[in-house]
Amino acid sequence: MSKIDLNNIDSVHFDVLKEIGNIGAGNATTALSKMLNAKIDMNVPKVDLVGFSEMASIMGSEEDVMAGILLLISGDIDGMMMFLLEVKSARSLVNTLMGTTPDPEKENSPEFDEMEHSALSEIGNIITGAYLSALSDLTRLNISASVPHLQIDMAASILSVPAIEFSKVGDKALLIETQFDDDSNINGYFVLVPDLDSYDTILSSLGL
Amino acid sequence: MGQVIKVGMADLNICTVPDSLTTLGLGSCVGVALYDKVTKVTGLAHVMLPSSKEISNNSNIAKFADTGIDETLRLMREKGAKTENIVAKIAGGAQMFAFSLRSNDMLNIGERNVKAVKKKLSELNIPIIAEDTGLSHGRTVIIDSNTGIFTIKAVGKKLKEI
Repeated sequence: MSKIDLNNIDSVHFDVLKEIGNIGAGNATTALSKMLNAKIDMNVPKVDLVGFSEMASIMGSEEDVMAGILLLISGDIDGMMMFLLEVKSARSLVNTLMGTTPDPEKENSPEFDEMEHSALSEIGNIITGAYLSALSDLTRLNISASVPHLQIDMAASILSVPAIEFSKVGDKALLIETQFDDDSNINGYFVLVPDLDSYDTILSSLGL
Repeated sequence: MGQVIKVGMADLNICTVPDSLTTLGLGSCVGVALYDKVTKVTGLAHVMLPSSKEISNNSNIAKFADTGIDETLRLMREKGAKTENIVAKIAGGAQMFAFSLRSNDMLNIGERNVKAVKKKLSELNIPIIAEDTGLSHGRTVIIDSNTGIFTIKAVGKKLKEI
């Protein structure tokens, strides 16, 4: 029997997951700041277990176009990890990385050309990589990630992928919301989806 | 103009004239719209997983193709719909991320959802008269009880009525 029931999580387990989110997101922020060579502050991440229907509405509206970067994780734990960005934030990150002057007309456009697409994938790769390496250091577990896959579409449709994974074990998903705060106000969200056995592996590795 | 009633993820609902049902941003999930051509009683289920029998945590019957469709049908019958007058229109079941490796089970979930929905509907003898499934983009759907028209919205694409 699994130690964790996502529908009735106890407060100790919840705090641990919250701390994992905190450390992971902190590391990801540092990586982002180095990559952009800019000071980026991070708000304390909000960690929540939310019902599927609320998931997209926390980020805005279900139909808001967002960029989602998905990686499969394997090793001592299995599952998937997703990083979501508002299109505006994605655009601003791409511009900063590529040194292009922001084009106000393109600010909210969901169209990214091949070069921008690959820059965005790389940003996702670095951010999620930093997140996972923090998790790996903390738990001393071996965690490897697949190449990143990028999709730009309605928030709810992108979120359906991790939500379906969560739905196999419960009716809620674990959402870690991180707000990066530089001048351009970049908002990002992490969704970590270990499979149910992997929750146990994580908790055991921390002596719980 | 009637109300537009929202159906969330792993949720279902029914309506009658003049209302409509909508579900926003279907990805790998499937939106199953059922329409009684005579009484115009309309139902919409937002299915996340193919079968309630494969999963131990199956208390939410709206989540699965099999139990979700059964329940939608039951509620529609309560409002006077007859199974023999009901037709189905389905949308969704996209593969949102193009993974080529590993665990097809996890990644072909959209396709498996569509298959499960079709199987269930065929067991119930409900014909599927229109569908917009698969590919790799999200969809918002609206079913109008006045006309039975199923409208599909997608990012960067034209409105589609089926």
